[in-house]
Amino acid sequence: MAAETFEFTMPSLGADMDEGKLVEWLVKPGDKVAKGDIVAVVETAKAIMEVECFRDGVVQQVIVEPGTTVPVGAPMATFATVGAPVVVPRPEPAVTPAPAPRAPAPERPSGQPAAPSGPLIRRLAAELGVDLSAVHGTGRGGAIKRADVRQAAAEQAPTPAATTPPRPSGPSPPSGAERAARVSPYARELAERLGVDLGAVQGTGRGGAIRADDVRAAAAAPPREAAAPERPDRPAAAQEPDAAARRAEAARLATAKLMARSKREIPHYYLRTTVDVTDALAWIKERNRELPVGERILPAAMFLRATAIAAGQVSALNGFWEDGHFVPATSVNLGVPVSLRGGGLITPAIADAAALKLPELAVRMRELATRAKAGRLRGSELTGATITVTNLGDLGVELVYGVIYPPQVALVGVGRIVDRPWAVDGLLGVRSVVTVTLSADHRASDGATGARFLDVLGRNLSQPENL
Amino acid sequence: MTPDKARELMRDALRQVAPDADIDTLPPSTSLRDDLELDSLDFENLVTQLSERSGHRIDEDDYPMLTTIGGCVDYLAGLDEAALR
Repeated sequence: MAAETFEFTMPSLGADMDEGKLVEWLVKPGDKVAKGDIVAVVETAKAIMEVECFRDGVVQQVIVEPGTTVPVGAPMATFATVGAPVVVPRPEPAVTPAPAPRAPAPERPSGQPAAPSGPLIRRLAAELGVDLSAVHGTGRGGAIKRADVRQAAAEQAPTPAATTPPRPSGPSPPSGAERAARVSPYARELAERLGVDLGAVQGTGRGGAIRADDVRAAAAAPPREAAAPERPDRPAAAQEPDAAARRAEAARLATAKLMARSKREIPHYYLRTTVDVTDALAWIKERNRELPVGERILPAAMFLRATAIAAGQVSALNGFWEDGHFVPATSVNLGVPVSLRGGGLITPAIADAAALKLPELAVRMRELATRAKAGRLRGSELTGATITVTNLGDLGVELVYGVIYPPQVALVGVGRIVDRPWAVDGLLGVRSVVTVTLSADHRASDGATGARFLDVLGRNLSQPENL
Repeated sequence: MTPDKARELMRDALRQVAPDADIDTLPPSTSLRDDLELDSLDFENLVTQLSERSGHRIDEDDYPMLTTIGGCVDYLAGLDEAALR
């Protein structure tokens, strides 16, 4: 009967993170979780992230309440190992406006990642003035979903704008009335902004509730007739600028701290080389003619691929400087800084990038960057980078001397691809060239090693068949 | 497709990539990269949206025509006419 327990602690989501704020639990005592399930949402100085569970278990006790900031490594909850008999009564809310059959079955097969809705929930709650600790979660394992937050907002706020949204006109499905009650002001506002007809949206929330994601999905689908604008005012958005400004400042500070540490501790050395990428670009262009539009290979992916190959071959630059010595990494995880709209930078990692061929890497990069921009990264995607590639070519610069992300020991900088007069086999021609730099930690490697790395990288770039 | 329809399509596609950019308040000469600050990935996502919504595969060779909001709208309107011939 005695259950073995383990602690779920505040994870480290990057070298610049000392502490994190628990934004919300997506599980509650009694919930069964599988390794990889998203169990909590954590806010760091840089971002709000979903955090996965690292092993199977049953939630036993929640130690840290939402809104609490705790240091990395502090226990946040205790879990019992699977099989342990943990019986916790499932509380039902007094008012349940969506009396759809409340099947206890999970909405999706366990093991499959939950919908990426977590990080936005807190923001949504803040917008709508909802206290998350008072919200009953209807998601898998009692997870709080947007629909729940919106429902709570609709229940608690008797203000004119936020409640009783007008129902969509036109024919309603059988459950239309119920569904209309389960569309929140936020989803409604989103629908209005995106020109989505709510009557045509398939709700995937419990009881067919329409969630913000459903509205986004509908917006991404081929356009239907646009919905008539219903609400010109958006009172909920009023709190946004404050939060954004606060986050921007915190992100600035986090970057400042990490980069100051880098320049304080790491004796950087810099190397550069200019590579003729004319053939590589032609090769990509050829490939892109056949690939679906959404899977086109961007030149940026080609630099990632070349770096991954080089990092795999010259392992002295792929790893960490820890406790006075270099610890090589077992795989190449590429850190890729992504600029966020509205300012700020976030650096997710592409795990095991050396194992990905260029087209796969291109898709991964695009997918990761798109989610980074949408604020939908998972905690695990922000950790574990073993080397970073920063590409400022988009911004027009030809050369980047980057600052290493500690505890990594190398950073590759990619500039703009430019057409230049260039000698090939004794003949002068106009070629597309790019300048690639390496910033490396002199404690971990010497210039000769760095030179070999850049040479491998450059050769791969100029011989695209290697990619 | 009519210019209006092309504009609507562009509006919807742009919303996905740059939700803060409102096509109705921006002049046609608005540069996607310089004014809207789309990076190459944003741009690629925009092209993907435009391709899916218009049902036309937009090739990389046509990218030079897609540097401004107005350019995109004109391009979309022109695409359909060419296909109809």
